[in-house]
Amino acid sequence: MNIYLPIAEVSVNAFILLGLGGGVGFLSGIFGVGGGFLMTPLLIFIGIPPAVAVATEANQIVASSFSGVLANIRRKTVDMKMGLVLLAGGLVGSAIGVQIFAGLRTTGQVDLVVALCYVVFLGLVGSLMLVESINAMRKAKKEGRRVQRRRHNWVHGLPFKMRFRTSNLYISAIPPFLVGMLVGTLAAIMGVGGGFIMVPAMIYLLGMAAVIVVGTSLFQIMFVTGATTLMHAITNQTVDAVLAVILLVGGVVGTQIGVRVGPRLKAEQLRILLALLVLAVCVKLGLDLVVTPSEFFTLGGGAGH
Amino acid sequence: MTRLFAILALAIALVGPVTQAEDRVVASLSQHNLALTTDFTGTELFVYGAIRTVGDLPADAIDVIVAITGPTERVNVRKKERQFGIWINGKGVEIDAAPSFYAVATTGPLRDIVSWTEDFRHRIALDLVIRLIDAPAWVEDREEYRAAVARIREEQGLYSLQEGTVALIDNALFETRIQLPANLVEGDYKARIFLLKDGTVLDTYEDRVEVRRAGIGRWIYTSAHEWPAVYGIVSILVALAAGWLASAFFRTFFPN
Repeated sequence: MNIYLPIAEVSVNAFILLGLGGGVGFLSGIFGVGGGFLMTPLLIFIGIPPAVAVATEANQIVASSFSGVLANIRRKTVDMKMGLVLLAGGLVGSAIGVQIFAGLRTTGQVDLVVALCYVVFLGLVGSLMLVESINAMRKAKKEGRRVQRRRHNWVHGLPFKMRFRTSNLYISAIPPFLVGMLVGTLAAIMGVGGGFIMVPAMIYLLGMAAVIVVGTSLFQIMFVTGATTLMHAITNQTVDAVLAVILLVGGVVGTQIGVRVGPRLKAEQLRILLALLVLAVCVKLGLDLVVTPSEFFTLGGGAGH
Repeated sequence: MTRLFAILALAIALVGPVTQAEDRVVASLSQHNLALTTDFTGTELFVYGAIRTVGDLPADAIDVIVAITGPTERVNVRKKERQFGIWINGKGVEIDAAPSFYAVATTGPLRDIVSWTEDFRHRIALDLVIRLIDAPAWVEDREEYRAAVARIREEQGLYSLQEGTVALIDNALFETRIQLPANLVEGDYKARIFLLKDGTVLDTYEDRVEVRRAGIGRWIYTSAHEWPAVYGIVSILVALAAGWLASAFFRTFFPN
């Protein structure tokens, strides 16, 4: 069943969109990532204009992350205080990101910058996660018990210390704020919630427990993508409500399934899987930049779009 | 049936009380209004009409060209260039006018049935509809950019030349079907019908189809542009409601 999207001005199959939403929502529920890093390239691949894909995807992540947050709140696995610090940084970053995005649109370099951001960040995060999870698995096997993460690093030497009770941490507010800001900027430019950067940062940099990370990450993502949606709607008018609704119906259902399935799966193996997925997307996008294209020209609107 | 009557009416109008010895063509379209609803997946435009020629002509002496032109707009064309090992978009060239849709249907090969001067005068062939008046000085090959617009839009199904798809009956009636794809933009689509003999245009006829967004799609588009802030907030509320509904639904039916 094909549906004509009023803002994107293209006709796409509604079932493909539902399936994409469901699959990506599932990952979101398991890992605490928004899933935008997969969804946005996929949307562009099926013919949605990049500007619309980025803005609409932000709107969909609001739905799936809220759905996930609710499930985590009931389990008391959301650190609201940490979430709010991340959020404060996220909102600042989001405002910066939308401005950068609007600027890039006028110079015609949106595609390039978005692709470069993806390749760099997906590559970085994917490799780090892969190495870390493999090491953790090895150690766990050797010693026959779960490894203890380092609790003290340079992060603990910074000022403005705060106590985060749910996470059982007493650290400076600066690192979470900066993490939030970076994620917010990327969220606006790349059309992602930024969970794939924030989740590893929270685990490895802030030293939070994996159980708390998923809920807290989704909590922050929900607000940042909400702000991003609003700013894109106002600045670029590129949020396609029809596309968003179809995606989010699939997304929220997938998330609920993921949230239920996630805790029963083996964490380290799951993380390896996510790392491989992230790296696969990275390699695909990287190749697109390097391999000689079959069409050298691209068309853009003179005015209007 | 109504089409048949319409064609007959056209034919009668032509043979009727007109006394001047003139070659004439009249035509009509199967629809003059097209609604882009959310379930729009493209449609077929039926173009039909009647011809009257002076004197007796051999059966293959006359030709008909039907050209449908979508709203014309400026287009920014960028060429990818290799820099630091990766392909990036170069500076843009502004094409002054390019139709968002262009379909030409003819009774025979375009080059054979219309002379170059007539083609130029009426701007029928595709390379004459895309206009690049003033390219920036740094552009080495301006033709390359114009050709790119034609090529890309042809791949997207927006530009087409369908030679030999206009059926001519008894040098008196003609009909053709033109496929309008799903990725149409809003605006007025002009239909031009040319009656030709020996490469010369004898008569032309014009009609139009108004393509408009309709239903919920129109409402969404208008809201997004007229009240962007409200639109953004409503989008977020819808997302939150959907997230909550799914959560509530699963908690009720699949508690864990």
